[in-house]
Amino acid sequence: MQYMLLIYDDETRWGKLPEAEQGKIMKEFREFTEAIVKSGNYRAGDQLHPASTATCVRWKQGKPLTTDGPYAEAREQLGGYYLIEARDLDEAMALAKRIPGQSLDATIEVRPVSQREASA
Amino acid sequence: MTVEEVHREHYGRILATVIRLVGDFDRAEEAVQEAFAVAVESWAIGGAPQNPAAWLVSTARHKAIDQIRRDARRDARREELERHLRGRAGEEPPEEEDRLRLVFTCCHPALAPEARVALTLRTLCGLTTEEIARAFVVPVPTLAQRLVRAKAKIRDAGIAYLVPAGDALPERLSTVMAVVYLVFNEGYSASFGPALLRGELSREAIRLGRMLVELMPSSPEVKGLLALMLLHDARRATRVDASGLPLTLEEQDRALWDRGQIAEGARLVEAALRASAPGPYALQAAIAALHAQAPRAAETDWPQIASLYGLLVRIHPTPVVELNFAVAVAMADGPQRGLDLLERIAGRGELQRYHLLPAAQADLLRRLGRAGDAAAAYRRALALVTNDAERRYLEKRLAETAAVSRA
Repeated sequence: MQYMLLIYDDETRWGKLPEAEQGKIMKEFREFTEAIVKSGNYRAGDQLHPASTATCVRWKQGKPLTTDGPYAEAREQLGGYYLIEARDLDEAMALAKRIPGQSLDATIEVRPVSQREASA
Repeated sequence: MTVEEVHREHYGRILATVIRLVGDFDRAEEAVQEAFAVAVESWAIGGAPQNPAAWLVSTARHKAIDQIRRDARRDARREELERHLRGRAGEEPPEEEDRLRLVFTCCHPALAPEARVALTLRTLCGLTTEEIARAFVVPVPTLAQRLVRAKAKIRDAGIAYLVPAGDALPERLSTVMAVVYLVFNEGYSASFGPALLRGELSREAIRLGRMLVELMPSSPEVKGLLALMLLHDARRATRVDASGLPLTLEEQDRALWDRGQIAEGARLVEAALRASAPGPYALQAAIAALHAQAPRAAETDWPQIASLYGLLVRIHPTPVVELNFAVAVAMADGPQRGLDLLERIAGRGELQRYHLLPAAQADLLRRLGRAGDAAAAYRRALALVTNDAERRYLEKRLAETAAVSRA
């Protein structure tokens, strides 16, 4: 089964961390990514630019509106993601817990990807 | 055995096995229902089979396969079908392990807490949606939706049907025990809902507790949980007076306590305490056992209880536990010592809105003969209390105390 691991955190917190701390966290992310590539769970993953760089297409009464900023104004924003392959939810959760989110008080949403029907 | 008796005794274990064989909660429930319907007809003619549960499991599996065939869907479903057709033919006795798989799945942390409770009662205990809704004072459609969503989540999020292994087990088991204890407490409190149905909930919780003890014989906490429920339940007849006012342990008529349950609870406590580090359920059960075994309130072994609370406070420091510790110390070493402990707790400021703190202070002040201070504390408690029965209890105490301070 495939799962999206969506990493939400407070961007301002990241900004306030000393450079050495930021470097340490980035290193932990690299190590995590390498580990799940090696274990065969990794399918995709990336850090995203900050929420202020986002643009939205909003459909309103049949017309697409372009707005500046992320989907929702919230203290915590989507900062990155992984797409993984896991046997079941427990394995996906175990992987999600290994993402270096502790020092950022991050929330990682684990969302199953809809099973695609095998092509005819 | 009649079909109804088989249903009452074995529904949970039959469903648990069919879920494993069929791989889907909804399909399994439908199939088991159909199998019971067939049983009603065919056992009336030919009598009940040698192994009714195994017969029902096999019949349900066949019904499920028939249903899969009828479903007009492609590849994914056909794969499922192949898998089941490859399975063993003939009678399929339930595996003991299946009920554990079911309870761990129903109590998975990924499910909302209310959903865990509802799903456990529905699948393991065979309560209907209506019965569960009535017991928790929730509209039936709401409860039904809760079950639908929970089963969908199990299927779509890939919650696997298994007993957690190794490191994962202790935490997962504590989630299961929390669900069982919650069901017990819902049945135990006579605050609202039809009294008869609430009693059934406590019985279901005890049944689940017995199942856990049977299937996890090496777990001391599971014994502790069952013991705790049995010991509380043994006093069921005396918890409130005729007007619904809660009675203290001192006021309860011990002749009405169920001695058989107390004895069973005490045996389980002994077994649970043999573990190297007793857990919170075992300790709470040990305390309950000491209360239950005292022939009269005056003969309660308070020093032992106080020392057990001392252990409990370290591993499970909830407000109620801290207060009960102070009360036990007061009983063992005098009201002043208890008051000192309560002062320390009050000083931390965490329990500012918790009415039981001033209530406990009031009680000890009353025992010290400080009627004026006690009345003031009862008033503080009354300002915070929310439960109607408890309010009446506090008002009664305040009236008694005020009478003394006027005398």
